[in-house]
Amino acid sequence: MEGVMTSRSGVLESLRAEGVKSISPDCSKITVGMATCGIAQGARGIFAAIEEEVAASKLDIAVESTACIGFCQVEPIVEVYLPGKSRTLYQQMTPDKSRELVAATARGEVKKEWALCTVEGTAEGIPAMKEIPFYKKQLKVVTRNCGFISPRSIAEYIARDGYLALSKALGMKSDEVIDEMSHSGLRGRGGAGFPTGKKWSFARNAPGDQKYVICNGDEGDPGAYMDRAVMEGDPFAVLEGLTIAAYAIGSSQGFLYTREEYPLAREMMDNAIESAKKYGLLGKNILGSGFDFDVRITKGAGSFVCGEETALIASIEGKLPNPLPRPPYPAISGLFGKPTVINNVETLATVPQIIRNGADWFSSMGTESTKGTKIFSLVGKINNNGLVEVPMGISLREIVFDIGGGIPKGRKFKAVQSGGPSGGLIPEECLDTPVDYEHLEALGAIMGSGGMIVADDKTCMVDMTKFFFDFLNYESCGKCAPCREGIRQAHDILEDICSGEGKEEDLETLGELAHTVKDFSLCALGGTAPNSLLTTLRYFKDEYYAHIKDKRCPAGVCKKLITYHVDPEKCSGCRVCIKVCPQGAISGELKKVHLIDQEKCIKCGACLEACKLDAIIVE
Amino acid sequence: MEAVNIVIDGKNIKARKGSTILEAALENGIDIPHLCYHQHLTSAGVCRMCGVKVKIGDRWLNKTGHAPNTMHVSACTTEVGEGMEIVSDDEELNRSRKLILEFLLAQHKHDCMVCESNGVCELQKYIYQFGIDPKNLRFPGPEYTETVDESSEVIIRDANKCICCGRCVRACHEVSVQKVLNFYGRGGVDDSLPKIGIIAGFDQPLGETDCASCGACIQVCPTGALTEKLSRFQGRSWEFKKVQTTCPYCGVGCQLELSIKDGKLVKASAVEDGPDNQGNICVKGRFGLDYVHHKDRLTTPLIKRNGKFEEATWDQALDLVSSKFRDIKEKYGSDALAGLSSAKCSNEENYLFQKLIRTCFGTNNVDHCARLCHASTVAGLARAFGSGAMTNSIRDFENADVVLITGSNTTEGHPVIGAHLKHLVTCNGLKLIVVDPREIELVKYADIWLRQKNGTDVAWINGMMNVIINEGLYDKEFVESRVEDFDKLENMVAKYTPQKVASITGIPAEKLVAAARLYAKAESGSIIFAMGITQHTTGTDNVLSLANLAMLTGNLGREGTGVNPLRGQSNVQGACDMGALPNVYPGYQKVDDARTREKFQKAWSAELPSQPGLTVVEIMNAAGKGDVKGLYIMGENPMLSDPNLNHVEQAIKNLDFLVVQDVFLTETAQMADVVLPGATSFEKDGTFTNTGRRVQRFRKAVPLAGDSKEDWDILCNLSRKMGHAIDCSSPAGVMEEIASLTPSYGGVHYDRLDGDGLQWPCPTRDHPGTPYLHKDKFARPNGKGLMTAIEYRPPAELPDKEYPMVLSTGRLLQHFHTGSLSRRSMALDRIVKEGYLELNPTDAARLQVADSGWLKVSSRRGDIQVKAKVTDRVAEGSVFLPFHFAEAAANRLTNDALDPVAKIPEFKVSAVKVEKA
Repeated sequence: MEGVMTSRSGVLESLRAEGVKSISPDCSKITVGMATCGIAQGARGIFAAIEEEVAASKLDIAVESTACIGFCQVEPIVEVYLPGKSRTLYQQMTPDKSRELVAATARGEVKKEWALCTVEGTAEGIPAMKEIPFYKKQLKVVTRNCGFISPRSIAEYIARDGYLALSKALGMKSDEVIDEMSHSGLRGRGGAGFPTGKKWSFARNAPGDQKYVICNGDEGDPGAYMDRAVMEGDPFAVLEGLTIAAYAIGSSQGFLYTREEYPLAREMMDNAIESAKKYGLLGKNILGSGFDFDVRITKGAGSFVCGEETALIASIEGKLPNPLPRPPYPAISGLFGKPTVINNVETLATVPQIIRNGADWFSSMGTESTKGTKIFSLVGKINNNGLVEVPMGISLREIVFDIGGGIPKGRKFKAVQSGGPSGGLIPEECLDTPVDYEHLEALGAIMGSGGMIVADDKTCMVDMTKFFFDFLNYESCGKCAPCREGIRQAHDILEDICSGEGKEEDLETLGELAHTVKDFSLCALGGTAPNSLLTTLRYFKDEYYAHIKDKRCPAGVCKKLITYHVDPEKCSGCRVCIKVCPQGAISGELKKVHLIDQEKCIKCGACLEACKLDAIIVE
Repeated sequence: MEAVNIVIDGKNIKARKGSTILEAALENGIDIPHLCYHQHLTSAGVCRMCGVKVKIGDRWLNKTGHAPNTMHVSACTTEVGEGMEIVSDDEELNRSRKLILEFLLAQHKHDCMVCESNGVCELQKYIYQFGIDPKNLRFPGPEYTETVDESSEVIIRDANKCICCGRCVRACHEVSVQKVLNFYGRGGVDDSLPKIGIIAGFDQPLGETDCASCGACIQVCPTGALTEKLSRFQGRSWEFKKVQTTCPYCGVGCQLELSIKDGKLVKASAVEDGPDNQGNICVKGRFGLDYVHHKDRLTTPLIKRNGKFEEATWDQALDLVSSKFRDIKEKYGSDALAGLSSAKCSNEENYLFQKLIRTCFGTNNVDHCARLCHASTVAGLARAFGSGAMTNSIRDFENADVVLITGSNTTEGHPVIGAHLKHLVTCNGLKLIVVDPREIELVKYADIWLRQKNGTDVAWINGMMNVIINEGLYDKEFVESRVEDFDKLENMVAKYTPQKVASITGIPAEKLVAAARLYAKAESGSIIFAMGITQHTTGTDNVLSLANLAMLTGNLGREGTGVNPLRGQSNVQGACDMGALPNVYPGYQKVDDARTREKFQKAWSAELPSQPGLTVVEIMNAAGKGDVKGLYIMGENPMLSDPNLNHVEQAIKNLDFLVVQDVFLTETAQMADVVLPGATSFEKDGTFTNTGRRVQRFRKAVPLAGDSKEDWDILCNLSRKMGHAIDCSSPAGVMEEIASLTPSYGGVHYDRLDGDGLQWPCPTRDHPGTPYLHKDKFARPNGKGLMTAIEYRPPAELPDKEYPMVLSTGRLLQHFHTGSLSRRSMALDRIVKEGYLELNPTDAARLQVADSGWLKVSSRRGDIQVKAKVTDRVAEGSVFLPFHFAEAAANRLTNDALDPVAKIPEFKVSAVKVEKA
């Protein structure tokens, strides 16, 4: 036994040393945030520019890439490490600025004017990470490595205590591992919030020689990308968690199911699997313990419902990905009819930390019912778009206003959609609610996988609900009648209302319909689909009445209910609107008040955007 | 029954353990609304109509386990648990159910006025029950733009009426296991994605897919989305008189529900709790029964004068028949007369027929076509076990771990058993070993397929036993305690090493070893066989060898085991049981046993001959030689069914007097001197005994055609004219007589047959019948099974230079026996119009013939012309020909060489020459 332990620590120790060196080398180091969000903002060009500059000037500067550090609003983000001095983040970089930054780095200087914050050490005039509003109330547990290490480097992962958990778990009995999970209070981060330890113990105790573990990376909610960021930023943590889960339930084969639309995440996970195998952290006789475990990646083909456990299993089996009624639960009869644990990416990435730091450490965070932290993707009408990880129990207001920085353009907050398309819209008056499973459900919303879409006063609640129903109608697998037909009918009624053809009795029908779809659908897609409808009917009924009775869209969104006019008081006759109108609907001479031809106007909003004088009025 | 205590809507119920809430409710008279549930299909829980509230203790059960909302469970997918309290009927649930119905109605084209499902439509039932007024629909329906698919010969698919319950898809996957119907698309309506629906094949017209036209989908469709094509506008549900009967085709004995209107058979469906078909029937049973009203039906007796048939009265015809037979008997003796009974007629009629032949004719020259299919089974199994029938029951294969199937193209010959096997393989994990020279459909479902050369069965079976004994896999305890002559067998099979067997059979040694291990290691292994085993000059040897194999592995006398011959015709088992055989009286009581003969002489008040009579082929040979001069054929067509037809034709022409009693003017009837019009099974009462030894009723459903008569009535009338009156007032009365003389049928009485029938042996009135034979002892006198050491012998005729190919004959799914019935069914004739020769692509290339090209096939006995079907199903050098088609009669070619014991001809191996025509 001692020999085994020695060989375990031997591998880890040498990799750790290598990783420490690579994170904090003797020379300066420039790291570019190259997750999907960074790349979308031009990080590749920046990386190329930096490499070029370093090579051209033959500088002793290491150039590396990392993943998303959360603050997507200010991407591209570049980190500069000056040995013995500081580690600084720079925001909204461009190739030109990057070249200058290389030069400054070579001189051992910081560029105060572009800096976001320091991550390590101090630099004059630059706030520390913990001091800036976006990060102040965050608590990085699951995302602790995202943006801080090279996601391709197993050594860097190990340097930050990676694989200590697996090493520890392999020295425990599998029951002890499950007990630890149970005591931690961790609940599934995929949406339903089922206690992870309980799920594992069901699968562990289910009869069967062959058992499976599956990592659910089929993140399908519009506007949600927590799992993508974790897979791109800390793939080894996901893999380590999956391996621990496999050990705990007695599985030798795992699957990682990702969306087709996540090529970079898949690349990172693939690399992680290969590296782990290379160092004996995956495959046969892991760390000399006698435990065998292998992982295969399965790619989804673009269906939201595949995020549902039983549909995902069917998809891996090569069958039509339709959910199955439960029981039996996958933990008893899942993939190929064998006991199967499915956990989502964020859940699994949390596992190693619980094992390493102990259940008590984890359960000290969060609320009575919901322990730990949760990543939310904060998007929509919000100043600080990005991924935020917060302790459970924080209020929605803190997330939206303190971390998110409030609503842009000085507009008013109207609602926050929690839980993606299956979630509910929460109004201003409920913003002080603490975030945990039970409180969100009480409001009619759900935690879901962590999507948070913020709406301002120019967002029409009926139109937004219609949008979600459009999405769900498209994504309903169609297997069960209430979901298939109910969502379709609700969508059609919402469309009528938005077109000014709504009737008063529609509201009663919608309410009845929502309850039936919620209560009678086969799976959680249908079971949660009506949440947006139910919450908007609950909190924003006035808007429905405005559409139905007054044939008016108060937010000025529903095209059939609005008209565009020129405010003669404000119009300077600059002809800008005339130039942008794609329909030629606006006429008027220079320096004279313009006029919109209602027959021709398609209400595209181009004039509204273009007018600097706010002279376009929507009624 | 293990019971679970539950409460549904305040009512205490002892539910069957393992049942779902919905099943428990339905079994206890509580009708929880449901649309997608069907008793024979796995529950999908998709219509959600059966959503219920379930409480266990203080906790409400819902699907996510921790109550994020009030999602109800579906009763059809949730198993009952001790102490469950279930609310199935409250205002909230019913309001939602009503709304779901409104959703479905909005998507459903309700042209109920002309819909074939009007009155039986389950959607219609609930729409009415929930009081949904079509005037006040809240949800507008779509334009009904889906094209109605009428491409199938028998099924109409109207997607506009589909409510996506998926029952048809499940039936196609789980019942018939054709897997033609599937879901497609998903819930969304979008240009880029089709809305969910059900498609056939790769979204093809149904008629262009692999659909077997079984209609299982129609049987389960709750609406009018899948309906019958040929019975359209022939009657509405409430206008039908429903009659349960037994299918007249193969030996499975499927229970049918006939729909009769104005004395006309309009359609048939499967009886859901038919004991052996469990709601399934094949294309013949559902769509192939219209021959009963075919214009060719014989409606009056015919007498041939100057080579032409003239209509006659019954008196004229029967007077002529009786006087001619009497004349021959007086002039040439009783043995110059012979009779061929019918496996398509009832037990009662077979009983009466053999009684007539034995008493009025005074001869034991009575046989029937079982001689041509399973004579070797009867001989072999009687020798080995003491009883010559299927040892276990038809549905008993579900208790087996491994089924070895050889010489049976089950999915075509016995489609409902074939489908059940496919179901067991795909849904229950049954392991299948197929041993067959042809790549039959079941090969796709087999774990191991052994492709032996035609006629080498003894060799591979000996080879399997060699492996089993050498590896110590045999059941020593069983062999010691229940079997005789193991040592002889052991010595003999020692030389059949897998290598030697490979050289004889062409089966690779390692495959044989794998098959032997799989079968021998099974907890319960069952053997199924049919005519691929029996129709050989070594037929009896083949059967004895299979019996050896089963005894060696202890696979007898338990559920899921046995040696199970599949009998080919509706009553071929019964015709044998009734003594329509030359050597035995009813119940296999031997004619050459003096005490038995005495019993029957007394019962029948007649002198009975003491020597066994002639068999089918022997009768024909005797006719050819002039020894048999008068022949009475009831419901058989030897002019197509017997081997070496040219020879048969000569023999029949050589007869002095031929009487044929049938429902059509068959090839044989055309050669008769007198033709007597009998009745189909839809026009009379009686019983059939199926291949699983189950005696079942068939029932008169429509009036007799013209002046035709029930066959039992004709027999009684003829016996009176012959001077030895057999009195009978009804088939039920005949069965009483049978029961009194036949120990294995001793407890069979009509008043006991209305439920699941009775499986013989059923010796007494209170005996429940016997699902499997040889439980503690075998039926042989000393109670032991007999092993027989058998050497391999090659077939009688092997390919040579002149006739280089091997011909095998058999059945098609869509047709039956000599086609006299099936080819007069509009649907079956449309689906398969003509015969063909299956030919391997290599041989086809050599002959330079393409698919459907004309071929001339000849043997030493005759030749025919037939179209080619180029397919891998047959091995190179082998050809296969179905025998249903008179214009390409396979039996012009076949060899009438006989098995020495059972006198069965070698239909399965003939040497032929194939040329481009």
